Amino acid sequence: MSHDAYSADVQTHPAIRRVAHWLLALSILLMIGSGWRIYNTSPIFPFNFPEVLTLGGDGAISIVHHNDGGVANAIAWHFAAMWLLVGSVLLYLLHTVLTGHLRRDLLPVGPRAFLRDFIAAATFRLDHRLGEYNAVQKVFYLGVLLAIAMMILSGLAIWKPVQLQALTWMFGGFQGARLVHFLFMVAIVGFLVVHVTLVAIVPKTLLAMVVGRASAASHQIPAGEPHNIPAGE
Amino acid sequence: MGELPILRRTPQVGQIERRNLLRGTLSLGAVSLLGGCDVSDSDAVQGVLAAMSRWNDRVQAALFSPTRLAPVFDERLAVKNFRYNAYFPKQKAPRLDASDYRLELSGLIGDKRPWRVAQLHALPQQSQVTRHVCVEGWSMIGKWTGTPFRTFLERVGADTTARYVGFTCADGYYEGLDMPTALHPQTIMAFQLSDQVLPSEFGFPFKLRIPTKLGFKNPKWVTSITVTNREPPGFWTDRGYNWFSGI
Repeated sequence: MSHDAYSADVQTHPAIRRVAHWLLALSILLMIGSGWRIYNTSPIFPFNFPEVLTLGGDGAISIVHHNDGGVANAIAWHFAAMWLLVGSVLLYLLHTVLTGHLRRDLLPVGPRAFLRDFIAAATFRLDHRLGEYNAVQKVFYLGVLLAIAMMILSGLAIWKPVQLQALTWMFGGFQGARLVHFLFMVAIVGFLVVHVTLVAIVPKTLLAMVVGRASAASHQIPAGEPHNIPAGE
Repeated sequence: MGELPILRRTPQVGQIERRNLLRGTLSLGAVSLLGGCDVSDSDAVQGVLAAMSRWNDRVQAALFSPTRLAPVFDERLAVKNFRYNAYFPKQKAPRLDASDYRLELSGLIGDKRPWRVAQLHALPQQSQVTRHVCVEGWSMIGKWTGTPFRTFLERVGADTTARYVGFTCADGYYEGLDMPTALHPQTIMAFQLSDQVLPSEFGFPFKLRIPTKLGFKNPKWVTSITVTNREPPGFWTDRGYNWFSGI
């Protein structure tokens, strides 16, 4: 959130950030859906993802087209969507750094603030203020960016274990890179579950990310409702 | 042997496709996580994915280094009982007879006389312990012994300035290789696996062992080689997999 005239309870998202956010969201869904189908062909753990949750088309049609149950499709998706992922994450990062969104709204975040807000959140005493990120949110957003970075790096290590062998080596080899790729996928799915749940609880954040602006002023805060522990430092 | 499945669109498939396209169009945006709403089978999506795959071919060719070697491992790490992998069961694997086997040569090659197994085996050989990486995600370290493909190409007077080498195989498989990869020092005609004559189910009399490519780009039971400037088709590429498939 940009501090429009430094008023809290207003959340604004500039157009570029919104575009980057939704492209990133789309690319992550494509990467997860196709990645799960690819995982199923050679699972690391003793389970498969249900095929209906994966991306790669109808297995029966694919067998007729490709003599293949759909993993060719899934791989094609994965290696097409990776460009969308890299493009949108770069757009987001560039915009976030250049507009000062990173420095002003996402940093700094100290362990004490995180602990305080985390305990408040865990006991349902943390108020969500539009236009201001509490320390838990900051860690969450920075964390998912880190996870995306790790997904890109481990993905490159899996894609190019010969040409980028130093990178693959740092992940403990080809199979190590696959494991890291899987674990950060789990982290991102975990983020998505919490992120979408919180958006459902505070739908105005969705409004802000779609139309660019939302304020809490348009709806009445019931009198007497405790207006919160202040969030962030 | 190696009869190919006939890949033809029947009217029923067309119907399923149209149904799926409709379903897909209605659910764009919920593409992957909301199950059953998959747009993958629509022709438009297939076109975009194919175009991206061609783009990825170019990126990979640019990333490929003709001198960077695939990591080699200690011989003790080589799996003795290598995994059998093909699109048909082991019993159906071609069993080529050394006495009537001929390797046919065509295209931009000076000396197109066919080769017999004994002549192939007389070529200079070297061993490599490298990782075979399957597109599915599994990988296995093995020991292969054979002749650098570059040596063979030079021996038969191939035009190594041509762009591609094409292969056809006794199992109905066909594949194309970019010339830089064909000339890579670790690309070998492997006559042995784990110090044994290459068993029938692994490609006797030889397979192309290409440690800079995914496993499916390593032809087995090779029966003909052509050098060409036109991109040869690939068995798995025709089934939707990426052409270059370098690692």
